Order: sequence, then structure tokens, then C-alpha cells
Amino acid sequence: MSPPPTGRAADPRILVFSTNTISDPGIDLAGSAHMHYPVSTVVISVPCSSGIKPSWILHAVEAGFDGVFVAADGTDCAYVQDCTARTGRVVEAAQQLLRGHGHDPRRLKMAAVCSVCAESFASHMEKFHTALAALTSAPEGMRDG
Amino acid sequence: MTGGPAKDRRIGVFLCHCGGNISDYVDMEKLREAVKEELGVVEARTTMFACSDAAQQEMIDAIQKERLDGIAVASCSPKLHLFTFRAMAERAGMNPYQYVQANIREQCSWAHRGEVDKATEKAADIVRAAIAKAGLSEPLRPMRVETKPQVLVVGAGVAGLRAALALSDLGLTVYVAEREERIGGWTARLGAMFPAERRGTEMVQELERRILERENVTLFTRAEVVEKSGSVGDFSVRLRVRETESIALNVGAIVVTTGFDAYAPSDGEFGFGQDGVVTLPEFKRMLDEGEGPLARNGKPVRTATYIYCVGSRQNEEAESPNRFCSRYCCTATCHAALVASRRDKNVRQYHLFRDMRTYGKYELVYEAAARKGSVFVRWDPADPPAVSRVDGHLVVRVKDRLLGGEALEIPSDLVVLVTGMVPRENASLVNALKLPVGGDGFFNEIHPKLRPVETVVDGVFIAGAAQGPKTLAESVASSLAAVSKSAALLLKGYVDLEPFVAEVDPLRCTWCEKCTEACPYGAIEKVAADGREVARVIPSLCKGGGACVPVCPEEAIDLLGYSDREIKGMIDALAKEAVHA
Repeated sequence: MSPPPTGRAADPRILVFSTNTISDPGIDLAGSAHMHYPVSTVVISVPCSSGIKPSWILHAVEAGFDGVFVAADGTDCAYVQDCTARTGRVVEAAQQLLRGHGHDPRRLKMAAVCSVCAESFASHMEKFHTALAALTSAPEGMRDG
Repeated sequence: MTGGPAKDRRIGVFLCHCGGNISDYVDMEKLREAVKEELGVVEARTTMFACSDAAQQEMIDAIQKERLDGIAVASCSPKLHLFTFRAMAERAGMNPYQYVQANIREQCSWAHRGEVDKATEKAADIVRAAIAKAGLSEPLRPMRVETKPQVLVVGAGVAGLRAALALSDLGLTVYVAEREERIGGWTARLGAMFPAERRGTEMVQELERRILERENVTLFTRAEVVEKSGSVGDFSVRLRVRETESIALNVGAIVVTTGFDAYAPSDGEFGFGQDGVVTLPEFKRMLDEGEGPLARNGKPVRTATYIYCVGSRQNEEAESPNRFCSRYCCTATCHAALVASRRDKNVRQYHLFRDMRTYGKYELVYEAAARKGSVFVRWDPADPPAVSRVDGHLVVRVKDRLLGGEALEIPSDLVVLVTGMVPRENASLVNALKLPVGGDGFFNEIHPKLRPVETVVDGVFIAGAAQGPKTLAESVASSLAAVSKSAALLLKGYVDLEPFVAEVDPLRCTWCEKCTEACPYGAIEKVAADGREVARVIPSLCKGGGACVPVCPEEAIDLLGYSDREIKGMIDALAKEAVHA
């Protein structure tokens, strides 16, 4: 049996990196449609997901976020055609960075969120929130790598 | 104005009730209490509607009275009022780029109704992050560029020709470059078209006549764009005309209307390659030639069978599948069936479709075709129709979903593969103009609804079927949208460019070239600084996507407005509660 969740584990905090023109409208739409997702989710918007620095993701986890979600531009990106591959490389580098600092790389998740992907965003947040709660409430020795 | 330490800043915070849209789910007074002591905040107040004229005037007064050098407005999504409040800040004499909008409506109150305490805490986090960003913001200046009142239209199909006429009406000088010998694109080859039965050939002749009358329109045929330099408002473009001549143009904007190609089925795809199996464009040519009952190679066509969605809505199994719906072909085929039944009222026509997408008023075309005797059979994508030849005659086998999967055999004199639109091969143009190409191979706009004809390359607009399948009416609507955008840009005489570009710290840069490799816009050049080779961003070419930022091993690149310290400052502000939890 896992010990009961404590502190932040009970309600994991998620930082979402979204993009001004693609995923942000999708996240806005989730709100406009009054869809529910965990209230412990907050968003920082940038122009393009390929421009996110891996060090920001590490910084977020070290600052107290339980998980970071990259709401990527995917194939809709207006800046770079290979945005998915580029953002993938950012995520890979960030996971290595997390691992190197003793954090579980599962604290980082990436998925493309389009400008009308409200439902998929809300569902991603619910699932990630649940997964992080399980991760954080796991026995001490199994936590964070 | 300052970009100095947050403690020396004078920041104002304005918290909007948005009627009850925010205040019904967020405790505004608690929110104000939670943020009013943040570093640098000298003014924190709530307002009923921040976007109202009266509230904007109050904010202007507060900015001037309190000598604010940064403000955060917590309200709706910046998609609605970023520019409203930026303009307000500017009217108050503040640097408009030191204004930050905190989205506590779409991303807080509306998403977390019924959780007032938690939503209030979250709103406080969001506002703290906005305050942090305002506190770390630098006063930025847009780059002002004088614009040239000239436009280049690339592609002289109907969308391009209509754009040229409309731009000319607005007093702009227009150059039209067409790759082919003749203008008019696909429409120039068409007979009667839906919905008004206008003939394509006549429409193009009329447009050509009007274009040639205009003194401020110059038309180049067999002309290709080979080079573009400069930036929005002032591009230098070189055309190669008739393979020998080189023409230099100076234009303020470029409208790309290069159209589409028709899908070419591969051999054997739904019987393609067999005698009597034709594509939709081939069938339309048959309809436009001659009169009376249809015939092919001297044989009468008594039964025509249409197979829809050939080359459209393909599944993953196809090699580089066309996932998209081609929009126009359902209506075009129903209309073609009407033309065929006008030529021969006894012709039998079977339409084997997946989903009938004769949307909007085009439903009437579908209805009319059905009334004239067309039979519609719906097939399952998992079990598509098969075309074979039995005793020298074409036979199409299909299972009718509407009849519970009943197997039908349709002996046919003609099988028409309803082929849709595919992106046109335009590699050299894409390269010359640095046009963004989407996953489907068509040109990509910034946003299909909010900014439908703009590309990330400022001053380069896209319209018509080059963006994706469209009917002729939709193509022209989008080309006129591109005209409005170009004219709004050029008639003002100048353009202010957003200052959110990348910047290289020359002291850290070691010129490893990783940033130049990452930039698809050629916006990074090598310069000498203190005897060293370093990278420099050319602001007018930088699109501000930031792809160069994470690839720099020296962390020498920052995107203005999204700098390392601003983002980390926001993260710290957002995480504040978690740390203390």
C-alpha cells in the first residue's frame, strides 16, 4: 500500500507551456466551454513550443511544480514546419536534465494541443494530474528516479 | 521607463470583474489583498469592466498620477483585449510593451466554477506572474518601416485576378506574376460552374479584359519569383520572365494565390488506367465539349458511376495520405450530374459517396441531382467500391450502407473518379518567399479563423486554394481578405513591427552556428565584435518564434518579451504558493 498522499501530492501542481496562437486559444476554449480541469493548473504562453528552454522546465520542477506539460504547436505551427520534431528535442533534453537532477522524467509531458482542442486539453490535464498524484504519493524510494 | 530591478519599479494592477464573469467565481477583494503587496506594486484596484471607456480613462489617470512604468490588467484572454490595453498604455504615455495581460477569465474563473477559494488562489498566482513579468519587462520599441504602395500577386487564377483588380481599385500599383503562358488557372478550362451556371472560360475572359484596361496593373506570364529580400512594407523581389528576362520589383506586400493541383490517381486505384475510367476534371471537359447525349470514343454513355473521395480523406495506410476533405468535389459532382442529365435526360447516374458534403446552400444542388434521377449509394471506407471489367464491360461493385450493406453490381459505361484538390508543387516559390507549409502540404496561415490570410512572414499573404481546398466563391472571398490586409498595411504609409525578436548576447556567443541552422528565415548573420565572430539577429527578418533560443549551448539568446529572466520570474511567481504549501 502506498502511504496516503501528503502536501503537494494530494493536488499536484501543473505548469503548462502553451503557445500564443495555437494551444492558448485551445485552452481558452476549454474555459469558454466551461469544461473542468484541475484548478492547480497554470499556464505560461510563449510564441512557439520549439522555443521553450529545457532549463525552464527544470526550474519549474525545482520551484515546486509537480509536473510540466508542453502544449505543443504540432503540425499547425506557423513558424517552423518541423515544430513537432523540434519540440520533441526540447522535451528530450529537458527529460535528461530532470533525470540528471534526480527528478522523474515522467514529470514532463508533451502533446499537441490545437486551437480548438479544448476537450483534449481538459482530458490531458485530468490524466496528467492523476498520474502525477500517483507518482508523488509513491513510496519514498521509488520517487523521482 | 525602466527595465531595472523590480523593487524600483512602479507597477499598477487592475483587476476586472468582467460583470460577474470573473467576480462570480473569484473573490475580487481577496485577490486584491493577495497581490497588492507584491514587489513593485504601487497601485492595485478592481474595476467592473476594464475594457470600458471610463475604466480605461481611470487607468490612464492612474498611470499618469502614480507615474507607473508597468501595468498588469487581470481580465479576459489577451486574444480579446491585448491591443486595447496596449493602446491605452500608450495613450497614457507608458511604454505599451510594459503592459501584461493576466487571463483570469478563460483560464481561471470560467474553467473552475464552483471552486471560489481555489479559483481565487489560482487567480492570485496568475496575477503575481503578470506582475513579475511587468516588473522585469524592458521598454521595447516597435520598428517603424516606410511602406511601398505596390503589391505583387503571385498566380493569376481567378483568386489572383480578383485580388489584382481590387488592389488596383484601392489605388495600389499591382504586379501579377503567372507561371503559365495563359492566365485563369483551372477556371479558364471550365464550362458551366455551380452555383450560377456561369462559364469559367467567360469569367476569365471578362477578368482578363478588365485587368488589361488597368494602367496600374502589370501582368507577367511565364514568370517565376526567384528571389525576395527586405521585409514587410519594403520587399525587393526578382522575377524570371520567359526564362531569360530578369525583372526587379519593389513591393510592400505579396499576395500568393497559386492555387491547387488535381489529385492524380495511381494506376489501378479504383480501376484508374482502364478505358472508361476518368477523373472529375476529365469528365467536366467531356461535359463541356459537344452537345446531346454523352459519348466516349464514339460509344454512348448510358450509365455513369461516380466514386467519391478518390485521393481525399485517405487513411493512414496510404503513402503520405491526404487526410483532408476537398470540400468542393461533392457539389461539383452533383452539379456535373445535373449538366449530364440536361444533355441526356435518360442517362443513369450512380453516386457512390462516403458522406455527402454539399454544405450550406449547395444542398440544393444535391437535391436537384436526386430529383433528376441520380441514385446515391453510401459506402463504408473499410469496404470501398471495386472497379473491374467483365466481358469487356466496366462493373462497379459496392456495398450500400444505407441498405444494410446490400451488395450491388453496377455495369457502367463510364466510371468517374471524383478526385479532389492537392497542394501544388511550388518548391522554388516556397524557398524564395520562405512560405510556411502545413502538414497537409498547403500553405499555412497564422490561424484559420482569427488570422486566416496572414502568414508568419509579415507582409506575405496567402489566399485561395493554395491554402487548402476551396470553392471558387471561397477562394475569391479569401483573396479579397488578403486585399484588405495588404491595403490596410500599405495605405497607411508605414508599418510598426512587433519588437519581440531574438537577441544575442555577443559576450556569451561563440559562433557555433547552431542558431543559424535552427532559423528557417535566414535572420541570423555573422558579425565581428571585439575581434571575435559572433551571431547577430537581423530584427526585420526575425519572426520571433524562438526556435534559436533552446539550441544555443551558451544560453546566449533571449527572445525579447520572453527572456530567460522573465519566464523564470513568472515560474517563481506562479510557484510561490506551492513552495510555501
